[in-house]
Amino acid sequence: MKKFDKERVLLAVAGPVIALVAAIVLTSVVLIASGKSPIEPYTLMLQQAGYSDVQVLILNQASMYYLAALAVAVGFRMNLFNIGVDGQYRLAAMMTAVVGAHLALPSFLQIPVLLIVGMLTGAFWAGIAGVLKVTRGVSEVVATIMLNSIATSLIGYLTLSDVWGVQVGNNMTTGVMKDSGWIPGIDLGSDVGEIYGLVFLAVAMGVVYWVVLNRTRFGFDLRATGESETAAAASGVDAKKMVLTAMLISGAVAGLSGLPLLLGDAHTYSLSFPTGLGFTGITIALLGRNNPIGIAFAALLIAFLDKASPALDYATPVAYEKEIATIMQGLIVFAVVISYEAVRQWGLRRQQKQVGAELAAAAARNNSQKKQEVAAR
Amino acid sequence: MELAGITKRFPGVVANHDIHLTVRKGTVHALVGENGAGKSTLMKILYGMQKPDEGTIAIDGEQIAFGSPADAIARGIGMVHQHFMLADNLTVLENVVLGSEKLYGIGGNARKKINEISERYGLGVRPDALVENLGVADRQRVEILKVLYRGATTLILDEPTAVLVPQEVDALFDNLRELKAEGLSVIFISHKLGEVLSVADDITVIRRGTTVGTAVPAETTPRQLAEMMVGSELPTPETAESTVTDRPVLTVDKLRLEAEGGRAVLDDITFTIHAGEVLGLAGVEGNGQTELIEALIGLQHADSGTIALGEEDITPWPTRRRRESGVGYIPEDRHRHGLLLEAPLWENRILGHVTERPNAKGFWLDPKGAQDDTRRIVEAYDVRTPGIDVTAASLSGGNQQKLIVGREMSHSPKFLIAAHPTRGVDVGAQAAIWDHIREARREGLAVLLISADLDELIGLSDTLRVIYNGRLVADADPATITPEELGSAMTGAASGHLEHEETTDEAAGPEDEAR
Repeated sequence: MKKFDKERVLLAVAGPVIALVAAIVLTSVVLIASGKSPIEPYTLMLQQAGYSDVQVLILNQASMYYLAALAVAVGFRMNLFNIGVDGQYRLAAMMTAVVGAHLALPSFLQIPVLLIVGMLTGAFWAGIAGVLKVTRGVSEVVATIMLNSIATSLIGYLTLSDVWGVQVGNNMTTGVMKDSGWIPGIDLGSDVGEIYGLVFLAVAMGVVYWVVLNRTRFGFDLRATGESETAAAASGVDAKKMVLTAMLISGAVAGLSGLPLLLGDAHTYSLSFPTGLGFTGITIALLGRNNPIGIAFAALLIAFLDKASPALDYATPVAYEKEIATIMQGLIVFAVVISYEAVRQWGLRRQQKQVGAELAAAAARNNSQKKQEVAAR
Repeated sequence: MELAGITKRFPGVVANHDIHLTVRKGTVHALVGENGAGKSTLMKILYGMQKPDEGTIAIDGEQIAFGSPADAIARGIGMVHQHFMLADNLTVLENVVLGSEKLYGIGGNARKKINEISERYGLGVRPDALVENLGVADRQRVEILKVLYRGATTLILDEPTAVLVPQEVDALFDNLRELKAEGLSVIFISHKLGEVLSVADDITVIRRGTTVGTAVPAETTPRQLAEMMVGSELPTPETAESTVTDRPVLTVDKLRLEAEGGRAVLDDITFTIHAGEVLGLAGVEGNGQTELIEALIGLQHADSGTIALGEEDITPWPTRRRRESGVGYIPEDRHRHGLLLEAPLWENRILGHVTERPNAKGFWLDPKGAQDDTRRIVEAYDVRTPGIDVTAASLSGGNQQKLIVGREMSHSPKFLIAAHPTRGVDVGAQAAIWDHIREARREGLAVLLISADLDELIGLSDTLRVIYNGRLVADADPATITPEELGSAMTGAASGHLEHEETTDEAAGPEDEAR
């Protein structure tokens, strides 16, 4: 039934498009309310996106967002809300940086070791929430939020200079990593910048995510749990094992999400390492409907808002607040949640009607003969 | 009351088409038809919840149009819904006056009126009882009283017997006869044909959205009526020859399951099902059936006792291992336990059998294998669907159930748990499902059949057990037992081995005939 396939694609696209349009309209309302042009900020930002150095920034940023969003999406697919991606990736990046600064192996060993350290750290941190949920019934939402704060304190402690920290000026760092652990990128010249090597890892993870979810038994169990916990349990899914496994995977992917920057550019974990990736990842996973391609578009969009908005502050003759982009991100979250639910319910009802109509049409063809039989009786 | 040429279209579907229905004053008029035949839509039109696109409604010769249920109530039409609409924590009196405070106030006057109605129609309702303390049958009488209190002269009862045991059904019918005697009209919707024939004065049969005929109960057998409903020859649940072997497939020994706090929800459950045997479990819902199913499928683990499949003790096994070793499961609530409603049919075909062929090859899913096999099931089990990519939610209940039955049968189970396999399923699908169970039984399947439909239970089973309060309290021979006798054991009134008493033979006419 090709018709239903086409319909599904249409429905899948309708949600985000409606959400984006609504978010843009609402942002314009905010602009008008504050007495500014409701159009110009968009054109200014779009202009930014035309510059190749901004494009590189967007792509690099998007790769990190993408990984963080995948981590969130793994949880979402089985109704687990891993809010702790933020703590998981920061702790993982710090641990990776520490190992990278003290371990000196040849590149072909060093890099895999570092990636594994990041994944294990993230998985470990998420796993705590997983264990608490399975053994004590603690909501993963509460546990992961708390683990985020604990991660912040823990990082603060571990980067003290009498532990693993190295003070550089006013900044606490973990020391510079050995260069065998640096991942070369694609250099596009000094005025354009360098695309992180791990951008390709992000793409690969997207593929892995799709394959695991859609083509493995494990993925089916995970999705089934997300769609109906009761039906999944009756089908033989061990709910506890599933929760723990999903948390570990989510954490491992989260652990990777800080690494494109760490291994590609920063080479040390410091106070200026970006925070909040995990929270943005939630927005992106929502906007991308937990779909690897959808998430890619969403990651690029949010990265675009991030990297194109600073220019608003310096716009002439009228400057705009770059926080417009933040408002827009917030509105997107709202619009996304509402429009998806509306589109989902509308789609379900629509399909029910269509199936009913097709069957009724088939039945009507048989009906005329049968009616005669009854009349005869 | 007279309905003529009623037609109601929903986008893409004609729900009602050219319906004609005449209800005489002082009669019980039964409206029968399969699920999805359009009975509910018609009732909604009658009760003012939907407007017909064509056709007329006339009461006492006067043409009228209802804009809302309030209009219908004003015209003396009252509806008793299938699912009761009562506030549990209020008394009967409070429930009755709720929303109609203007009629007789909320105090002494209202109480007087309630007592008067209750007495007049023999309802036996106590105004000060708390609804939460009432049984199902009592609640139903409160619903009827509510409608009468609002001055209804025509009552619509939507599947009123679905929730009652046979004795309660008889009591309800006595009430209906009282109403009739007082000159009220009753429209009685049902698909239990024996009941319809025993209570109705007129019968209208509705099929595929249109009225296909009327019948006079005295001149009609349940079989003829059912054939009008389905439009074809009707099979019965009767199983011809015994296929029971002496090879035990499922052996449950002294199974005990405790709720939190140590109260036993299942206690001392012991039974054996042999290859080729259908063991029917009768019982009023909530007496431990759900827990027993969960213990057998591995969702709950026994606090003591053992479960063995063939020679193997499976008590500690998790659900998946049990299913892989040949435990099939047709769940009582297919939406909660049997389907992923928003997933396409072929993914639903995988559910529960994700580790088995043709759904998987080792670690990997095999979507193509699953899709091909779904097409086979759709064909072989007559699942009416335009394709295998539509979501399970878009199929009707009967077709969803056929898909589930097809899926479970496709893995040649050794032991099948069939919980209410034909609940909410139309007569056509019902017959098909019975056939599949019978066929598998011939091939040596052991079946645990749990059903609220006593005719189905008696007709399909080789052995009958009654569960009451978490214990197996009685057993019976399906060849001789009647639904009434089984019904009394279900309420805990009888136990041990139920012997059929010859004297009740004549009284059980329609049911016997239905078998």
